[in-house]
Amino acid sequence: MAIRIYVPCDTTALSLGADEVARQIQQAADDRGQSITLVRNGSRGLCWLEPLVEVDTGQGRIAYGPVEPDDVSALIEAGLLEARRDHESCLGNIEDHPYLKRQQRLTFARIGLTDPLSIDDYRDHGGFQGLARAVELSGQAIVDQVKESGLRGRGGAAFPTSIKWQTVLDQPDDQQKYIVCNADEGDSGSFADRLVMECDPYLLIEGMVIAGLAVGADQGFIYLREEYPVAHRILDEAIARAEAEGYLGADVRGTGQSFYLEVRLAAGAYICGEETSLLESLEGKRGLVRAKPPLPAIHGLFGQPTIVNNVLSLATVPFILAQGASAYADVGMGRSRGTLPIQLAGNIRQGGLIELGFGVTLREILEDFGSGTLSGRPMKAVQVGGPLMAYLPESQWDTPMDYEAFAGLGAGIGHGGVVVFDDTVDMGAQARFAMEFCAVESCGKCTPCRIGSVRGVEVIDRIRAGERPEENLALLEDLCETMVDGSLCAMGGMTPFPVQSVMKHFPDDLTG
Amino acid sequence: MATPTEYPLPTEGAEGEWNEDSIRQEVNALRHKPGALLPILHAIQDRIGYIPEGAVAVIAEALQQTRAEIHGVISFYHHFRTRPAGTHVLQICRAEACQSMGCRALESHIQQRLGIGFHQTTHDREFTLEPVYCLGNCACAPSIRLDDRILGRMTPEKFDLLAEQLTTSTLEVQ
Repeated sequence: MAIRIYVPCDTTALSLGADEVARQIQQAADDRGQSITLVRNGSRGLCWLEPLVEVDTGQGRIAYGPVEPDDVSALIEAGLLEARRDHESCLGNIEDHPYLKRQQRLTFARIGLTDPLSIDDYRDHGGFQGLARAVELSGQAIVDQVKESGLRGRGGAAFPTSIKWQTVLDQPDDQQKYIVCNADEGDSGSFADRLVMECDPYLLIEGMVIAGLAVGADQGFIYLREEYPVAHRILDEAIARAEAEGYLGADVRGTGQSFYLEVRLAAGAYICGEETSLLESLEGKRGLVRAKPPLPAIHGLFGQPTIVNNVLSLATVPFILAQGASAYADVGMGRSRGTLPIQLAGNIRQGGLIELGFGVTLREILEDFGSGTLSGRPMKAVQVGGPLMAYLPESQWDTPMDYEAFAGLGAGIGHGGVVVFDDTVDMGAQARFAMEFCAVESCGKCTPCRIGSVRGVEVIDRIRAGERPEENLALLEDLCETMVDGSLCAMGGMTPFPVQSVMKHFPDDLTG
Repeated sequence: MATPTEYPLPTEGAEGEWNEDSIRQEVNALRHKPGALLPILHAIQDRIGYIPEGAVAVIAEALQQTRAEIHGVISFYHHFRTRPAGTHVLQICRAEACQSMGCRALESHIQQRLGIGFHQTTHDREFTLEPVYCLGNCACAPSIRLDDRILGRMTPEKFDLLAEQLTTSTLEVQ
């Protein structure tokens, strides 16, 4: 058989020259008169090894990485096309890689294996089994499965997904209902949504169709950030193909129920990741946060009952339906059931996607998976959960990844992004940036966020300049409290968390 | 190197040229959609390169909204621009993961090399520089975005090479 060579097509691989790598490999094979099948697969999430080239000769997939364009000719000489293993960048059979072997990939079981746009690949690897199960069930029975799985919103708030679904299901059926996917993955350090959309887009589509069937919604929107052009192209194409095969459209797989899906492009406003601001934006307005209640589940998009779920929450649903709620709920700890897709990023040697049951400690992630900093210097601080979450000093790294355990620290897991900093970081500058970011991205509706963030930058500047530090530190504490208690949404309400964590754990950096 | 200009003149050539009919075409193709305004603004910016002041009245009339409402939406979102950009829009990620890998130094280097700050366009109209907060490439930081290409593990040296290639290839085309 012709050997199959895989070169990933996700943003990370492309950002390091994967298209050029693919072109050179094809060229080299042509020059040698060797017949190969070049597949553009998704990424396996081993980001530090991207572009990760795999060669399948029929005896497993032998991987090489990282393979940047300048590396290709030497690798070809060293026998890449024959899957020879004596080159230093050969990683052996990729399935045996410890980074992958130690994971529990339930949601991400398929990424990297397949051509993301091939529906046949998707079906051959267990795709659409959740939907097949869902069409046999009543809406209530589907919601019950989600409820029994214990799934909590993976976007950051960890609100039980089934409560949203039940609320929308309970609204009278004689009205338009919507499924809205929040794909405005704006938190730095987060890229799991992107991996789903670029590497396994039918998974998200399947999850949204199931949600539509469950609550009687026939229209879905994926609100996608503009910063993800690759995901946009892949999703649009996947939706067209899914429609052509009857997974979307007027009659979903012979159920007589319709479900239409459309990608709506955001326009670079971080606040639109907040669900009510997102809905305003979808309606064609400024992304101003709405007061809750009314809840979006009752009075959501265009005033209609609406499920707003993160990409990962929706992408988890097919597994729950296909394998049963208990298969998911059996994993995890405490009230955090199932798996957490952790995204390890920043100054780290082995950054990537790590899907594991809740309960793994942060230190295991940093050391066993991450292998320390990329710079080789000692780690100083780790920010988990995005720009609105606390910076954790080493004394807190033995905390298990669990929503409640992190909340107990005054921290959070958020969307599962982990950003590592080495000892050259100036934590005072990080505290200042938290306020600066809020000033740039605040929607402006409520005063504590709009004005507080600007004042926060000014006060921190005064503290750092040594101007009456004690008085200004007291003022900063007071300001943080006002923002936490007085802001309308999490943007202003949580911006103080990284600032307060710096005041508490890295005070010398602030007053330095 | 090129000097910055805050108020660039409209570019010559297809991109940047517009008339009310071209705006109307984009508006009419999308106005039936629920919540049509963002899709319309994207379509206009994709076609013309920016959203001209004169488009506001056309959109407002078609959607039966006030010009103030349309203007308010355009000005709310970082992505929409009301003046032409350079040939290439270059975004530098300024968010935490890229900070941990030295994006501040990269940012200074690029600004110095191009001779402009954020939201400015080089005098030769080659580059418009914008900040961005996360491109989702956080395990291979720092990242920049050149038009629709995201580039990871960026260094000052790699950037200089890229800038040179882009400038040279533009000359060749001309």
